[in-house]
Amino acid sequence: MEMVTLLTATLHAAIISATPILYAALGEIFAERSGVLNLGVEGIMLVGAATGFYTVVNSQSLLLGVLATVAVSLLFGLIFSFITITLRASQVVTGLVLTIFGTGLSAFLGKSMIGQASPVIFHKIPVPVLSKIPILGHVLFNHDMLVYVLYLLVPLSWFFIYRTREGLNLRAVGENPAAADALGINVFAVRYFYVCLGSIFAGLAGAYLSLAYAPSWLENMSGGRGWIAIVLVIFATWNPVRAALGALIFGGVDVLGFKFQARGIGISPYFMRMLPYLITIIVLIIITARSQMAKNLMPKALTIPYDREER
Amino acid sequence: MYLSDKLNLGKSIKLEKRLSVPPVLYLIVPVVSVILVLLLGGLFLAVLGYNPIEVYEILLNGAFGNTYNFTETIVHAIPLMLTGLGVSLAFKMGLWNIGAEGQLYFGAFMASGVALFFHDLPTPLMLTLVLIAGFLGGALWGFVPAALKVFLGVNETLTTLLLNYVAILWVDYFIFGPWKDPKGFLPYSKVFPQSAMLPVFPGTRIHAGLVLAILAAIILWIIIWKTTWGYEIRLIGENTQVARAAGINIARNMLLVMIISGGLAGLAGMGEVCGIIGRLQHNISPGYGYTAIIIAWLSRLNPLVILLVAVIFGGLNNGGYALQMVGLPESTVTMLQGAILLFVLGGDILTQYRVKIHRRGCGA
Repeated sequence: MEMVTLLTATLHAAIISATPILYAALGEIFAERSGVLNLGVEGIMLVGAATGFYTVVNSQSLLLGVLATVAVSLLFGLIFSFITITLRASQVVTGLVLTIFGTGLSAFLGKSMIGQASPVIFHKIPVPVLSKIPILGHVLFNHDMLVYVLYLLVPLSWFFIYRTREGLNLRAVGENPAAADALGINVFAVRYFYVCLGSIFAGLAGAYLSLAYAPSWLENMSGGRGWIAIVLVIFATWNPVRAALGALIFGGVDVLGFKFQARGIGISPYFMRMLPYLITIIVLIIITARSQMAKNLMPKALTIPYDREER
Repeated sequence: MYLSDKLNLGKSIKLEKRLSVPPVLYLIVPVVSVILVLLLGGLFLAVLGYNPIEVYEILLNGAFGNTYNFTETIVHAIPLMLTGLGVSLAFKMGLWNIGAEGQLYFGAFMASGVALFFHDLPTPLMLTLVLIAGFLGGALWGFVPAALKVFLGVNETLTTLLLNYVAILWVDYFIFGPWKDPKGFLPYSKVFPQSAMLPVFPGTRIHAGLVLAILAAIILWIIIWKTTWGYEIRLIGENTQVARAAGINIARNMLLVMIISGGLAGLAGMGEVCGIIGRLQHNISPGYGYTAIIIAWLSRLNPLVILLVAVIFGGLNNGGYALQMVGLPESTVTMLQGAILLFVLGGDILTQYRVKIHRRGCGA
């Protein structure tokens, strides 16, 4: 019986741990599908976390917190899009700098909030009936709103990308922008839209951290989750459903670290905290070793700015 | 979404590809960027209720206001020079080494190991050993992602970055655990013996790391521009396929470049612990390895320009501490630094394209 309780608790915590990574990864899937690699995810997550927390502390309203996060991360998406899509600067460098800038901005905004508690947070809302199912009920249906939204977003994203006309256009722009342009698709508009969408998802990932996961503000509280999300996108071969499975594995590893520690297993907590990064590297090595698959499924135009005159 | 579609102000604006870049643009773009960032930053500060003029004055004064502040600016510039030089060499070859921060930490860790465990060595031997250990520590941390890239094709941007977190936790493990000073309350190692401390310029905290950085810059400049090896590095960076066709050993070059790139960052870490702090502790770097990326890019990977830009950025970091007087956090400076490069990246289109303005009706 004790094993069952432990398993239930671990799986439940794994979903919570997977949530911010999966939000960011879904967003990055959309951006990369359109041919834009946004390495600013980590920075946008931090800004999203700081903005959401700041707004909720000052307005006592979760809705306003989420709206402010959406607005600010949209602005970051627009800045990134303008520099990389319109002005055609390097996506890699621009993304990195956006992360540095975002880390600074979030620390700036957050300075006055260190140690404060949020007046309202995303509480767990057990789903009636479903949460009463033995084991699975607690694991899947005893979460907060942002997790439930994610349950819907994963299949919807999959359906959108693979089964709709708009999704087809999105993939066309990422695979062969010149051909998409010839078919009358506005490559620039499509890229702007999905980069901004991805940016909003990254911001929400941050808001989840500061308003649900650990309701507080800490400098660098995303702790590399944005980078893990970028690896997860490759692992998932740009497929939302596979991303969800991958996020669960990462979440599980994260939680197991905590559980081992709590049980007094004699491994230093610093080594346990290295695990997510080391496992991410190992995952990256494995997927690269089977690279033919990753290469074939990668959007062909990823990281290449589109220039109409060079068609 | 053409620029010409968007800016319809009675004239049409067209971008034409430049055949050659007027060198003066390489100066104008960053200067205009800095001015724009100061203006926008000023607006941001004013909205938050600060006096932007006062803030900039404090920043400038804190960085370059008097001899003491200036020497402290140089102290902050040293790790920026070394890490900036390190990443620029890798960037030159098209290798995204984002791991200078971790390489700095691992260099500091190795140097500390030597300083703590061979504390009886005579000064010259000790200094040689901490120097080698620092370089090797960073080199190792650069070699791992390079080997993964060369032998397995693993993306180095992500591995170098993820290894930053690992290196910082690794150092944490030692200073909270086996190397913790038994007499201290805070997480840091025992104080290093005097023999492990780099010589300083009298009356200042500027240590011999400065000499290392200047030497490294000159050597790198000569390697890149005056040797066959440098030509190979540049060719690989510009066109890997051509380089491969020319028979250049890309794998060997990648490993070597990442060893040097990481080694330089490792020296920066050694400089922090053996030049300034005198023991291993938490937070030995406020993100020097990340600022290095901005510096390298702003300097267009020119080693000598990196020295200069590192002094300016070291000044910003140093002046950032003074900002706390008016209640502004040090992160204000990180924002400014990031924003400057964002503007330069955007402005770079002007180095590749000429903006042509036509009146309506005159063709176009």
